Amino acid sequence: MAGQTLFEKIWNSHVVFEAPGQPSLLYIDLHLIHEVTSPQAFEGLLKAGRKVRCPARTFATMDHNVPTTDRSLPITDPDSKLQIEMLRENCERFGIKLFDLGSPEQGIVHVIGPELGLTQPGMTIVCGDSHTATHGALAALAFGIGTSEVEHVLATQCLWQAKPKTMEIRVEGELGLGVSAKDLILGIIGRISTDGGTGHVIEYRGSTISRLSMEERMTVCNMTIEGGARAGMIAADQKTIDYLRGRRFVPTGAEFERLADYWLSLQSDRDATFDRSMTFDAASFAPQVTWGTNPGMVADVKGKVPDPASFQDPTQRRAAELALTYMALEPGTPFEEIKVDRVFIGSCTNSRLSDLKAAAEIVRGRKVAPNVRAMVVPGSQLVKNEAEALGLDKIFTEAGFEWREAGCSMCLGMNPDILQPGERCASTSNRNFEGRQGAGGRTHLVSPMMAAAAAIAGHFVDVREWAK
Amino acid sequence: MEPFKNFTGLVAPLDRSNVDTDQIIPKQFLKAVVRSGLARGLFYDWRQRADGQFVLQQPRFQKSTILVARANFGCGSSREHAVWALQDYGFRALIAPSFADIFKNNCLKNGLLTVVLEPEEIDAIFEAIKRHEGYKLTINLTEQIVFDDLGWKARFEIDEFPKKCLLEGLDDISLTLAHEAEIAAFENNHPIPYRI
Ligand code: SF4
Repeated sequence: MAGQTLFEKIWNSHVVFEAPGQPSLLYIDLHLIHEVTSPQAFEGLLKAGRKVRCPARTFATMDHNVPTTDRSLPITDPDSKLQIEMLRENCERFGIKLFDLGSPEQGIVHVIGPELGLTQPGMTIVCGDSHTATHGALAALAFGIGTSEVEHVLATQCLWQAKPKTMEIRVEGELGLGVSAKDLILGIIGRISTDGGTGHVIEYRGSTISRLSMEERMTVCNMTIEGGARAGMIAADQKTIDYLRGRRFVPTGAEFERLADYWLSLQSDRDATFDRSMTFDAASFAPQVTWGTNPGMVADVKGKVPDPASFQDPTQRRAAELALTYMALEPGTPFEEIKVDRVFIGSCTNSRLSDLKAAAEIVRGRKVAPNVRAMVVPGSQLVKNEAEALGLDKIFTEAGFEWREAGCSMCLGMNPDILQPGERCASTSNRNFEGRQGAGGRTHLVSPMMAAAAAIAGHFVDVREWAK
Repeated sequence: MEPFKNFTGLVAPLDRSNVDTDQIIPKQFLKAVVRSGLARGLFYDWRQRADGQFVLQQPRFQKSTILVARANFGCGSSREHAVWALQDYGFRALIAPSFADIFKNNCLKNGLLTVVLEPEEIDAIFEAIKRHEGYKLTINLTEQIVFDDLGWKARFEIDEFPKKCLLEGLDDISLTLAHEAEIAAFENNHPIPYRI
């Protein structure tokens, strides 16, 4: 038998039923839910008189529309409040563990999954959220689903899935100083474009990927969806094992050692073949800044806003014209001359402890530019507490940043944290779509270090010159 | 889910690639807790445009039931609200050179047909709309063809299983529950990894 890829190993061990001419029925090990994409799913269950098949594999948190200000105050927006109350009620009714607003473990669903050890190698994981790909960093097959599928998983613990194709992205060599995992994934999306991965599951491999910390791997896998792929994943290694040891939902003792052996076996075989393969040189990546209205519209910070006329393809040219109009950018403007009004450090892409540390290193002893309003939103309450224990909150607040409670916040602005029309933001989140951070708001995606430096300088800067 | 019926409908052209679900329905409408009534939020920001140039602002495209767009339609967020909003507005089929994976799944689960055609065929539809006010297309899912009454016709591919589900309006969950024995057998050999 030919060798198998990591993806195929996990897929094959989760097929419950298969028949020619139809998708496979796949068993789901872990189902994460949140307040925004679950109410209609529970409504469907209730209407049909169905139960949650496996509450012990289902975990809930509140993240998308929760306020990031003082948690002891009541939530003022009645719609958000209703969604939050409904999630509470549904979890109680169906016996689902909820990390509620007051919980020390509340946070963004894709931050708390790995952090609590819910995410484990070899698992199939779904969530009604496209950035579920994040969990693939721990050698899991994790992908986002819609609300109908959420209902389906609640009722059956299974999903019908057509088998995706496989794609290998190899990155070799060392990333330069000041070049982060975020720059790597933005650079990759820029090269493969926003639909380059459609229909595929990507496995990231190579020496650069092995060198990344677990949190950096999460950043890479997180944005896989921005390249159109179904999921991103990275094989387990000693770092994965070390990361998981001692986390709350991870078994201990002999059971852990047994699991660790199994996890380490989760590798693509030497003779495994992928439907597509590509290789990149780590040295070819520089700090990135997006200039348009999708994450594929991205370039090196040393570059300039492109001229739409330089695009050969008419659809791309038109897209670039529309994007520059929306972003209010002139072709030929050097990125380093673009001023920002807001800076957002947070989101499931870049709100983990290492992200906050990297940003704090840049900020330490400096002040936020007078024309900038800057904000740090930790990905979870655990991250927040750890950061505070290290004094990072002080570094940020002394520089003039706001320091908030955990949640999605200005990544999508479902809570009060939004851009005003016309405001320009350097953001560590994952989407620069029109209006994503607030109607009329203009988003530039960057790494935490780049965002921190932009906050200080008041415009984009090449953080490599600061990181020395 | 309602079974999908072959139909003829007015076609609205949305000449953009990478139309993301944030655009199809902005965040403020995600606070709904039911599936209905989302048409109000469909393309909300674009429908507020002062110049009135967005396709759904133009009188001739009111009551469209087919939307044609460029590549990678529905990318971004997994929000199924995008599908519910399109349907609530009256759309029954979408035509594009490609759709984002999660969005396409969401469409099919709700009975909204996604038709993938070649970029040249899409060009032809955009051209025809320019030339003919009230341009309509007929979609025949059984035969997997799209055609107008001027003699233009294109064939599209769709997997057998979603096609059957659409045509018969099958409820996914009942379908799965018919495999209870297999699921239970699988679970017996597959311990729950957590002790809460
Ligand atoms: S942080 Fe942003 S991208 Fe991540 S789950 Fe929340 S809203 Fe989605």
